[in-house]
Parts: sequence; structure tokens; C-alpha cells
Amino acid sequence: MKNEWPLWEIFIRGQHGMSHRHVGSLHAPDAEMAIKNARDVYTRRNEGVSIWVVEANHISASSPSDKGPLYEPSESKVYRHPTFFDIPEEVGAM
Amino acid sequence: MYAQMIKSEATQDDPEKLAAFQARIDAGEKIEPKDWMPEGYRKTLIRQIGQHAHSEIVGQLPEGNWITRAPTLERKAILLAKVQDEAGHGLYLYCAAETLGVSRDEITEMLLDGRMKYSSIFNYPTLNWADIGAVGWLVDGAAIMNQVPLQRTSFGPYSRAMIRICKEESFHQRQGYDAIRKMAEGTPEQKKMAQDALNRLWYPSLMMFGPSDKDSVHSAQSMAWKIKMNTNDELRQKFVDQTVPQAEYLGLTIPDPDLKWNEERGHYDYTDPDWSEFFEVIKGNGPCNVDRLAARNKAWDDGAWVRDGLLAHAKKKATRQHAAE
Repeated sequence: MKNEWPLWEIFIRGQHGMSHRHVGSLHAPDAEMAIKNARDVYTRRNEGVSIWVVEANHISASSPSDKGPLYEPSESKVYRHPTFFDIPEEVGAM
Repeated sequence: MYAQMIKSEATQDDPEKLAAFQARIDAGEKIEPKDWMPEGYRKTLIRQIGQHAHSEIVGQLPEGNWITRAPTLERKAILLAKVQDEAGHGLYLYCAAETLGVSRDEITEMLLDGRMKYSSIFNYPTLNWADIGAVGWLVDGAAIMNQVPLQRTSFGPYSRAMIRICKEESFHQRQGYDAIRKMAEGTPEQKKMAQDALNRLWYPSLMMFGPSDKDSVHSAQSMAWKIKMNTNDELRQKFVDQTVPQAEYLGLTIPDPDLKWNEERGHYDYTDPDWSEFFEVIKGNGPCNVDRLAARNKAWDDGAWVRDGLLAHAKKKATRQHAAE
């Protein structure tokens, strides 16, 4: 309410992870404390080797009701996947 | 359970929207914070997730009580890690509740002034070290019974919090069983302590699942919404069936002379807890209700200057940085 610490979204990259993944959120007064808190709340069991924090009100998200217009167009474009094309066996790996 | 007697809110929404919402739930889809949801669903979930979160936080008190007096350094480190997990579980759940439009301060204040509850079990004291073993074994064991099915609950953030929690919860129960096993296999005096802890905590643990199904009036709507996955009696029976052999292994006796295996049902018959005691504890008249709330209020009040100070510092730093740019 009046004096509440802002909310931060926490992203962690695991030991063998290729990218940071959203793991949850927490409250903290600033970015430095958000990272310290994220370390305590989200990496107690070796879950990560890198932490990103972003203040939640800086994140814009797509709307659930736009699911159709946003994602349906790609459903009909199967040729974007390599398995769409038959390559003769004689040609070898491609 | 950690959330007992959650009253489902009546809902007065557009019937067409309601039907579409129910269809999504029936199809196993997850409801996300920005999706349309009935007002009753939102309010019931805030109450349920809030009560669950409060239980994790208040639940640190009976165990924290023994951290400084753990019998060995190793037990102390383990208990410390366990209690720290409970703080984490509370935080995951508060964040899930906040996605429904309640602020952290609001929900905290509702606990502190008694508008929201926490599980009845944490109004019982932990009198000695054997109780710490029994709490991990029985209380966390009962919590797992409820939390495992809740991983499939319909509300996305709640489901994801449950998945995280369940990953960590098994450590809690096992460390408790390990601690009480040590005592049950120890000197006659230690074994007596283990039995005494079981005697005192057995019925309060059974109460965690909430009133008997015949007195549980709010289940139907919550089950349709998949925010309650099993009835109270189903989970209680499952807990009894799981726990009896574990007690037998320890050579301890469940304090229920009528407990016996029912071949026909394929379950143990057991005696229900004294429900009048349960309702008294819920009303605030348990052995530790006053202490627990006083401790939470003190922590909140004593921490105010830290919260305010860190925020003031952060604001000052941001302003300075802004001026320098």
C-alpha cells in the first residue's frame, strides 16, 4: 500500500540452462536487494548460476484474448519446419 | 489443511461467461491472472492462497522455537534450512495471491488483525525436541497429502507455487521422521518422549484436513473450480493409511484404541478428532493463538523502520542517479 516495496520479477539461468527463465517474483526496495533476496528465495538448492531482476511494472505482456490473432497464423505454415521437406536418402544428412 | 474451511464466494456473473470459464477448467486449461474469472473464484482463491501462505509463515514459529536448542550442530543446520524453506513457501504463495489483485501489505494486515486465518495446527505448542521430529513427520506429511493434488489446481500461479513447494516438502517430512526415529530407537526415556509427542500431535494433525465431509459445506463449488481437489475425509483417510505403518516401524502406538485395519474397505478405521476442540482453536481459543499473533504483530511492527529505511534509501539513490544523468 502506502510504503510497500515494489514487486520484482525474477529470472534465473540454471547450470546447464541456455537462457534465463522466469521463476517467480518478490518484493524488494531496489535491484540490489532484489538480487540478494532472489538468491535466498529461488536458489537454495543450486537452481541457478545467474539472476536477472526486473521491476514488475516495467514488463508489458500480451493479452490472453489476443491468443488467436497472434499465434494461429503460424499453425498453417508447416513448411517452416525442416521435416516438411523430403530429402532423398542418397543425398545423405542435411 | 493449511487452508481450512475456506468459504466459497457466491458468484453473480454473466451465465454465458461462467459457462465458458467452467468449460476451460473442465478441459484442464490453466486460468492465468489476466484471464476473465468470476468474482467468486478470485475472492475464494485470495482467501485460500492467503491462508495457505499465512500458515507457512506462522508455521515457522513452533519450529523456530527449537533452532537454538537443537541437540546437535547438524540437526540445528537442518532445522534452520527447513524453517528457511517455510519462509520461501510463504513468499511463493503471497506472490500467487498478489496476482489476483490483493497487495502484500493488505494480505499481511488481514493476518495481523485476525481477519484471515492460518492452519489450526500451529496453535499447538512444541514442548520438546521430540515434537520437532513429530511436526516434520506428521504435519509436513499431512501438508504433502494436500499439496500434491493441488499442483493440478486450475489457477496457474497457485499451481506453479505448489509444484515448487512439493519439490522441497519431501525433505521436511523425511528430516522429521529421521529425527523422531533417532529418539524412538534411543534410550527408554527418549522413546517415551517420541510416544508422548505422537500422543499430543496425532489428533491436531488429523484436524489439519478440516471438518468431516458431512459438515464441510463449501466443497462443491471449490471442487468444480478445481481449487480443492479432494474432500477432507478422503485426504484424512489417505494420511492415516500412510502414517500407521510408519508409526509401527518406529514401535510407536497411534493414540487411538479403535484404530484397526478394515479388510473390506481396504483402509484403516480410525476415530475422528474432537471437533469441538477444532472449532475452539479456529475461533482463537487454542493453546497458542494469542502468542502466535502477538509474535507476528511484533515482527511486523519492529521491522517497520527497516522497511521504511530501505525504501527511503532506494528512493534517494534513484534520485541522485537521475540527477547525475
